[in-house]
Amino acid sequence: MAEVTVRDVYKAYGAVRVLRGVSIDMHDGEFVVLVGPSGCGKSTLLRMIAGLEEINSGDILIGDRVVNDVAPKDRDIAMVFQSYALYPHMTVASNMGFSLEIRRKATDLITAAVGRAAGTLGLGDLLARFPRELSGGQRQRVAMGRAIVRQPQVFLFDEPLSNLDAKLRVQMRTEIKALHQDMGTTAIYVTHDQVEAMTMADRIVVMNEGVIQQIGHPLEVYDRPANQFVASFIGSPGMNFLEGTARQTADTSWVEMVDGTKLPAPRTDAEEGQTVIYGVRPEALTIDEEARSGLIARVDVTEPTGLSTLVFSRVADSITCAFTMDRLDLTRGQPIGLVPDVARVHLFDQASGVRL
Amino acid sequence: MITVGQSKARRLALHAGHTAGLAVFMVFAMFPLFWLVKISLTPNNLLYSEGITLWPSSITWDNYQFALLGSRFPRFFLNSVVVSLSSAAIVTLVAAAGGYAFSRFRFAGKVPIMFVMLLTQMVPLVMLIAPIFKIMSPLGLTNSLTGLIIVYTAFNVPFATFLMQSFFDGIPRELEDAAMIDGCTRLTALRRVIFPLTLPGMGATLGFVFTAAWSELLFALMLINSDDKMTFPVGMLTFVTKFSVDFGQMMAAGVLALIPACIFFAFIQRYLIQGLTAGAVKG
Repeated sequence: MAEVTVRDVYKAYGAVRVLRGVSIDMHDGEFVVLVGPSGCGKSTLLRMIAGLEEINSGDILIGDRVVNDVAPKDRDIAMVFQSYALYPHMTVASNMGFSLEIRRKATDLITAAVGRAAGTLGLGDLLARFPRELSGGQRQRVAMGRAIVRQPQVFLFDEPLSNLDAKLRVQMRTEIKALHQDMGTTAIYVTHDQVEAMTMADRIVVMNEGVIQQIGHPLEVYDRPANQFVASFIGSPGMNFLEGTARQTADTSWVEMVDGTKLPAPRTDAEEGQTVIYGVRPEALTIDEEARSGLIARVDVTEPTGLSTLVFSRVADSITCAFTMDRLDLTRGQPIGLVPDVARVHLFDQASGVRL
Repeated sequence: MITVGQSKARRLALHAGHTAGLAVFMVFAMFPLFWLVKISLTPNNLLYSEGITLWPSSITWDNYQFALLGSRFPRFFLNSVVVSLSSAAIVTLVAAAGGYAFSRFRFAGKVPIMFVMLLTQMVPLVMLIAPIFKIMSPLGLTNSLTGLIIVYTAFNVPFATFLMQSFFDGIPRELEDAAMIDGCTRLTALRRVIFPLTLPGMGATLGFVFTAAWSELLFALMLINSDDKMTFPVGMLTFVTKFSVDFGQMMAAGVLALIPACIFFAFIQRYLIQGLTAGAVKG
C-alpha cells in the first residue's frame, strides 16, 4: 500500500494539451475516482501513473519514490482495463498467475495465490477455461483476479465496467467496492459515469479539458460544486440552470428572472445587478400543482419510475427537471409552480462559471 | 445459403446453383493438375499415339523412376527447399520485426519509409534483372543459392511487412500494456504475449513467401548457370532439349515438386486460414 502523488503534471500531444498542471495527493488506502467527460485527460493521467505514457513535466510519486522514469513493471501496480486485456492464448489460471510467473515465483506459491484470488472472486470452477469461453462478467472478474493476485501497492482501474450491461455493472460496482474495503489497497479508478464515481469513491476528482475542476468527498462535490461544470456533470438528472440578475437588500437576496419572476437566493458575494446562473437540483424543487407560487412552468413530460417521478417542464425556452417522491397526475401543458429550497440553491458567475 | 422468407423451391434452386458454380470452379482449377498427373503416368509411346483421352490405356511409373534416380532432379529439389525455406524464414522474421515497429511505434520518417516500401512494389521485376545482375556479379552472388535467397528476401520483405503490420494492428495494444504492468519488458511482452497471437500471421507470411520462392523462375534462371545450383523451376527446363521435350519426365518432376508445397500448406493451413480471415476483418 502506498500514497500516490501527482505534482503539477503536464502532457501534450503536439499542439493538443491533454493535461495542464494536474496535482493530486492520494492517500494510502484511499479509493479515488477520476471522473470527467471523454477527452478530459483522466485516462491519460491514469496511464501516466501506470508508466504507459510519458510525462512532459511534473512528478509522479508512488510512496515516496519519484517514478517518472520507472518502467511499468517496476512500479508495483496492477491495472484493470476496459477491454479486460486478458491474454487470449492463456487459461484463466495462467492469466491470473502470469505476473507471478514472470517474476519467477515458485509454482506452488503461484497456484496458492491464484487459488486464493479465484476463491475471493468465485472463479474456482473456471480456472482451466480460456477467456473466449467466458461471459463478459466472468472476464471482468478474471481481470480483477489478475490484479489482486500480486498484492500490488496500487490498483488502477480504467473504466472497467463500461463493457458490461447495466445490471452487471451495478453488481460489479458493489463487488469492487467491497473488495477494496477488504484489501485496503490504494485504488485509482477512471470513469465517465458519475453514478459510479459517486457510489464508489472516497474522494472524487472531477476533470475537464485537462484541468482538475474539483477534488472532494462525493457528497461534498454534489452539495458544494466548485463551478457550473461540476454542478452539471455530477448528479443525475443534472442540475437546472436559469439565467437571471442578482438582487439583494440588507436582509434578503433573490434572483430576478427574465420574465420578472423573483426566486429566493442564498446570500453570496454576487453584486447587486450581476448576471448570474441560478442553479438548483431537481430534488431541491417542490412542485406546486396549483401554480400559485414559485417559478411558473408548463409541464412537458413526466417520467414515473415507480419509486419517484421526474417532471420536465418548460420555463421560457429551457426545460427544467423536478424530482418528487409523490405520484402526481399532471397533464402536458398544465401550469405548475416550481418552488426552490433556498438552502440548496447555488449561484454561479455567468462569465466564469465559478460558484459565488 | 438459407434466407428467411424464401420458398423451399427457391432455396433448393439457389443451393443447387451454388454447388454447381463451385463444382465448375473446382474443375477449372483442378484440371491442369489432373492433366499433369495424367501425362506423368502415360507411357512415352502412348503420348502421341492415343490422341486426347482422359486416361491412358496403360500407365507407367518409369517417368517417376527416371526423375528420381536418373536425372538431377533430387539436387534441384533440395536447392529449392533450401532457398524457399530460408527466404520464407528470413522474410517472416524481418517482416515481423518491421511490421511490429510500424504498428506500435511513432518515429521520424515512418511515413516516407512506408511510402518507399510501397513504391518498390510498383516496379516490374523484369526491369530489375540487369541492375541486379550487375550488383550481384562482383559480389560473387551469381550462381549461388545465397544470392537467390538475398534477392527473394529483398523482393518479399515489403509486402510481407505490410501483411504483418496488419496482424499486429489487429492485436490490442492493451495486451502489451497489461503484460508490461504484469512485469514484462517490451521484449518479454512481445515474446510471451504478442508472438503467440501472431502465429497465424506468421503462418500466412511463411506460406506466401515459400510459394513465391518455390515457383520463381525468372531470377533463378538469370542468376544460376550451373546444374548443381539450379532450383527445380530452372531444372524443369533441362527436360527441354534441342531436339525434344520429355513431357512425361517433366510432368513427373512437376508432380514431385508439388508434394513439399502441399505438405507445407497442410502444416500451416490452420494458421493460414485463421490468419487470412483475421487479417481481412481486423487489418
